[in-house]
Amino acid sequence: MSFPWLSVIAALPLIGAVALALAPRSRRIAAPLALAVSVLALALGLVAALTQFDPGGGFQLTEQHVWIASLGAYYAMGVDGIGLTLVLLTLVLTPIVILASWHDGDEGRWSTNAFFAWILALEGLAVGVFAATDVFLFYVLFEATLVPIYFLIGGFGGARRNYAAVKFLLFSLLGGLLMLASVVGLYVVAADNGGPTYLLSELSQLPMDETTGRWLFLGFFIAFAVKAPMFPVHTWLPDAAQAATPGTSVLLVSILDKIGTFGMIRFCLGLFPEASQWASPVIIVLAVVSVLYGALLAIGQDDMRRLIAYTSVSHFGFIVLGIFVFTSQGGSGSTLYMFNHGMSTAALFLVTGMLIHRHGSARISDYGGVQRSAPVLAGFFLVAGLSSLSLPGLSPFVSEFLVLAGTFRRSEVAAVAAVLGIVLAALYILLMYKRTMNGPVRDSLPATRDLGTRERLALAPLIAVIVVLGFFPQVLLDVIDPAVGATLDVVGVEQPAPDVMVSEGSLP
Amino acid sequence: MSPLALSGTPLASGEAGVPVVPTAVDGVFSLLWLVVALPALGALVLLVGGRRTDRWGHLLGCAMPIGSFLLALVMFVQLLGRDHEDRQVAQTLWTWLDVGDYTVQMGLLFDPLSALFVLLITGVGSLIHIYSVGYMAHDDRRRRFFGYLNLFVTAMLVLVLADDYLAVFLGWEGVGLASYLLIGFWAHKDSAATAANKAFVVNRVGDLGMSLAVMLMVATFGTSSFVGVSAGMPETSEAVATVLGLLLLLAACGKSAQVPLQSWLLDAMEGPTPVSALIHAATMVTAGVYLVVRSNFVYELAPVAQTAVVIVGLVTLLVGAVIGCAKDDIKKALAGSTMSQIGYMMLAAGIGPAGYAFAIFHLLTHGFFKANMFLGAGSVMHATNDDVDMRHYGALRKAAPITFATFAFGYLAIIGFPGFSGFFSKDHIIEAAFGENWVYGVGALLGAGITAFYMTRVMLMTFFGERRWRPDVHPHESPAVMTTPLVVLAAGSLVGGVLILGDWIVEWLEPVVGPEEHHELFVPAIVLTGLIVLTVLAGVAVAWSRYGPSQTIADTAPTRVSAATRAARADLYGDALNEAVFMRPGQKLTAALVYVDDVLIDGTVNALAALVGGTSGTARRLQTGFVRSYALTMLGGALLAIAATLAVTLS
Repeated sequence: MSFPWLSVIAALPLIGAVALALAPRSRRIAAPLALAVSVLALALGLVAALTQFDPGGGFQLTEQHVWIASLGAYYAMGVDGIGLTLVLLTLVLTPIVILASWHDGDEGRWSTNAFFAWILALEGLAVGVFAATDVFLFYVLFEATLVPIYFLIGGFGGARRNYAAVKFLLFSLLGGLLMLASVVGLYVVAADNGGPTYLLSELSQLPMDETTGRWLFLGFFIAFAVKAPMFPVHTWLPDAAQAATPGTSVLLVSILDKIGTFGMIRFCLGLFPEASQWASPVIIVLAVVSVLYGALLAIGQDDMRRLIAYTSVSHFGFIVLGIFVFTSQGGSGSTLYMFNHGMSTAALFLVTGMLIHRHGSARISDYGGVQRSAPVLAGFFLVAGLSSLSLPGLSPFVSEFLVLAGTFRRSEVAAVAAVLGIVLAALYILLMYKRTMNGPVRDSLPATRDLGTRERLALAPLIAVIVVLGFFPQVLLDVIDPAVGATLDVVGVEQPAPDVMVSEGSLP
Repeated sequence: MSPLALSGTPLASGEAGVPVVPTAVDGVFSLLWLVVALPALGALVLLVGGRRTDRWGHLLGCAMPIGSFLLALVMFVQLLGRDHEDRQVAQTLWTWLDVGDYTVQMGLLFDPLSALFVLLITGVGSLIHIYSVGYMAHDDRRRRFFGYLNLFVTAMLVLVLADDYLAVFLGWEGVGLASYLLIGFWAHKDSAATAANKAFVVNRVGDLGMSLAVMLMVATFGTSSFVGVSAGMPETSEAVATVLGLLLLLAACGKSAQVPLQSWLLDAMEGPTPVSALIHAATMVTAGVYLVVRSNFVYELAPVAQTAVVIVGLVTLLVGAVIGCAKDDIKKALAGSTMSQIGYMMLAAGIGPAGYAFAIFHLLTHGFFKANMFLGAGSVMHATNDDVDMRHYGALRKAAPITFATFAFGYLAIIGFPGFSGFFSKDHIIEAAFGENWVYGVGALLGAGITAFYMTRVMLMTFFGERRWRPDVHPHESPAVMTTPLVVLAAGSLVGGVLILGDWIVEWLEPVVGPEEHHELFVPAIVLTGLIVLTVLAGVAVAWSRYGPSQTIADTAPTRVSAATRAARADLYGDALNEAVFMRPGQKLTAALVYVDDVLIDGTVNALAALVGGTSGTARRLQTGFVRSYALTMLGGALLAIAATLAVTLS
């Protein structure tokens, strides 16, 4: 038996969480310990990705053990390029969040240890979700991720944290119930066809009649749409982002919400190809609405955290759009978008969080002229913002353009409508930046202390990844593209071909 | 499947533009990447290095574009020595992205067109860097300024050297970023910060065109490389060509401040004056002209799009000129002039093979004389405590003689005084316009007359007449580090016309845009030239009669003026239109949506949740404990299940 890489990577943070719970209550112990555990997990993840993974080789690093035989549930792990990308996203972001949140666990309802323990627990569970290749296991882990995030919001957030945490939980549980119904439905279908199984590899071979497939699809899709979140089930996100600590918002939006769009590719497309095609026109419309609606709402916000939350509604619109146009540019663009959006939004949440922490206000209208006293903070803010508006040269541009180009090949109208989002993005980012950083220094605002070493260390890797992947996105696309291709083969939609075949002159 | 492609029949390849067929780089050309890398390195060091680099930052900032210029000069000479058909070389650096059937290489194309641009960008760019050493000497953020300038040069070089439309887009938005940063360089001023935002957002509207154009290329050809698109164009339909042409025109309108996306350029004058000279006169704003000329293989198949280019150019050349007449702010008068001159270039580019070479010719001479005049304006501002109001100038020719003399060279060039560079370049464009259609010709001629009027006005109000200086102003000539670039640019404004000697530039650009098509005129060319000179003289005379040394110039702008003057002062209501049509309705829409989201959507969902929970009382109880215990139970269950599994498997 080969080394269980994925289980170890998922278990390590969970063990770390337990250790933190048992350790003496002190930030001096908790924060460094959490950081060390998450860095170790990242190192393991990188080793696995670089030495054990073959981009063209389908699902790898697989593990499979019978779990509950009567249900056909397995403890089955494995990643293709899509899963690997999201596992890496989780592993990269967690240490950054811990570093940036160094003091954020001190003033919560529970101890600092608990704060970092919940973060590590979330990391481990998220890795498990992205790596699960058994639907039942996925469902259990999917629901389990709600718990740490609930405690992180409800225990360590700001004003209205109870309301936000409960709202988040209710939305998620409602979506989860629908998914549970579909999970049960899958059991029935599998049992009727030669015995129960929840293995993805076996479920995807099941013959399924059209109506059943569509109903089961809906259960999964709605749960994922709530998670992502898409218009019109997005309203929990601004409240959650407003109430949570910046680090928690990053874990929520950059990692956990990706479970929604990841699930759409893995389960909606993978298990219900016919239903996915059937639903795609409506989903494309909803996705385009999300793009524009989220962007317009972002422009209208005064609270920076809510603003960023709405930009994410817009960005998730792009991701869903790319998934449901069934083109390789759309699909690969969306998967890359998940990673890039994770980085970009993390940078934005963290840098605004640092600003908000300094002055105790998240209202844009309370600020002005901050770049004067805190140029480094302003610089990080600007680059993070530019990545959110998809400036070419920064990583989100590549993914957004691929999504749009992939969409254009399927539906020109949808692409033309969605592309308007790039103008709106310029507005919501630059207006926020101008009102907070530029202009005359606001008299009522004391001078802003510039970023300290720890804060710079937390942000610098994000910016570095954003810039490097802007010029060398192929590093990830090499891994993503074959996996997306395999998924689209399952969906079975013909890839659009160019109208004119050009034989390129052979350049050296 | 693109429905566009299905309509219409493929065009015969005989009518097509010139396909791009480069050879691989060798010899000195293999250093092509270094031309871009040098300023990129400069920008990186200066912007990431922070205050540590303050002491020597400006020197590094100057050295990088100078290095690029020298390297480009060597390559240019090499290219001169090659046969016509060997004058396109390409260097592939790395694969930017490769997804499905779509691949984009990061590659550079050095050919007669990009060579001229590289020389202009690094040449004029270096001069402006040097000038800035003096101009920004008293600014404690000078090092950052040079970092931004190097960033600009890098992006602009990417724009003109990239061999794939998506990579052009990288440079395209890169210069937009640099422009944003530099317009807003004095960001503590609200006006500067607002102008920077406006420039970026209006450019983004243009970039919609660029984005969609590349998408359409991908859908039609499966590629966005110059090689692929230029080879595929003849096989596609006129509908696709037309749409591509119009989309690229939209992009060009944004970047080059052409009607209807012109409004940002006047506000962009908030930036430090060297920025106005480099970005908002000599180089970046001409990128739209580059795009149209480079895409000749698209426009040659899209007569409708070509006509649209001509109309945009014609309208803008007149609008810009009229705005230039009404401004008392010297920089804004020059900015109106820039719009107008780029209008000439667009007009020429829209005419097609009869005009491509002259568009580029005028672009180069304009690069010299307009940079010259902007830097001259900066020198004047330097002398007058940063006053920009020409009504506060007067009689500066004695106080700042070098500035005056060099500015005069630029002035003579832009109005088209015989012998100066602008005379040749504008003359050819007007001639080509008449050759195409007399309406175009009359419009271009009229523009020349108005240009002569407003530039004479600027000249007279600034350097002649009585002193109208503010009491605390003691004008003085600028230091040598500023005047030397002025002298070099003035020389360029004079002798730039040599590029047309023996039709050199026309033949030089032939590998890119094809041979010039000469249209016969209804009169001999010499007669037309005479007519142009007369029109110019008329413009000068009108200006002289109103702003000449014997006239008194009011200290504040007269308020009782004609409706036409009021309109020109208000930039022909471009901003008013934008505000009425886009901004205010947009603000209302977002405000309404915020309400809808908070009250309707969130309210409905919350009400549903309360319904699910039974009563609001239950909902409250949810908050106080039930939900938490449920969640804990769930987590406990999940963990137990996982633990149990592991226990089972391990045993």
